Amino acid sequence: MWLAHRTTGVAIFFFLLVHVTDTALVRVSPDAYNQVIGLYKNPLMGLVESGLVAAITFHALNGLRVISVDVWKWANKHQTALAWVVWAIWIVAMAGFLPRHLGHVFGGE
Amino acid sequence: MTAPELVPPRYRRGPHSRTHIEKWSWLFMRASGAVLIVLVMTHLFVNLMTGDGISAIDFAFVAGKWANPLWQWWDVTMLVLAMIHGSNGMRVLINDYARTGWLRKTLKTALAAAFSLVVVLGSLVIFTFDPCPTDASPTDLNPDVCASILNASEAS
Repeated sequence: MWLAHRTTGVAIFFFLLVHVTDTALVRVSPDAYNQVIGLYKNPLMGLVESGLVAAITFHALNGLRVISVDVWKWANKHQTALAWVVWAIWIVAMAGFLPRHLGHVFGGE
Repeated sequence: MTAPELVPPRYRRGPHSRTHIEKWSWLFMRASGAVLIVLVMTHLFVNLMTGDGISAIDFAFVAGKWANPLWQWWDVTMLVLAMIHGSNGMRVLINDYARTGWLRKTLKTALAAAFSLVVVLGSLVIFTFDPCPTDASPTDLNPDVCASILNASEAS
């Protein structure tokens, strides 16, 4: 969990640098922004985005576990069980997100 | 037989800190993390789950969102908090994995440069955004936002 938290953290950090830069293109011209954001809509990038949302959701849920383990005695005692809770909620969240997002990416338009 | 003398572990690379910087770092990561969960999850939900999700994202979509000051402040808060949270995380990793003083210094300098550049660039873009540049093709623009700007300028 510790290693996964670090790995997802690094991935999210580098995406954040890219994401601010691509959004900055709205200041260049509408056409430049639309062309670059269009790249995010192809199927390959759709898979990368899915991985990214999966990484962010994991980092968020595990972050909550870390906070609760630090401040709450009960959570500290049951931190291993809480790791499974993190994965369970993560699976439910991904089950909600993936069909919808992949539908947008692969479903034409 | 005497017991072997125990040497206390020595992790510390530098002198004692008087500013308690690591304590504040620890506290900040938890506080900003909690806030970022709300900011980022809402951002992802609104942009990727509602309506047509990513298919609907283009210049006109951004113009529509930033016409509302709430989303401007939302995005700039998210930008600054996420950059401090992420850069501080990277600082911890540099301290853990970069083994020579020279490497730590070089990586931290690059990190500080990337941090400043992205925060300044992102904030400028959000607050100097022009939703209706005159030289752009009208089909790329958000008609509602441009019409309301035109109405406001005619009324004044």
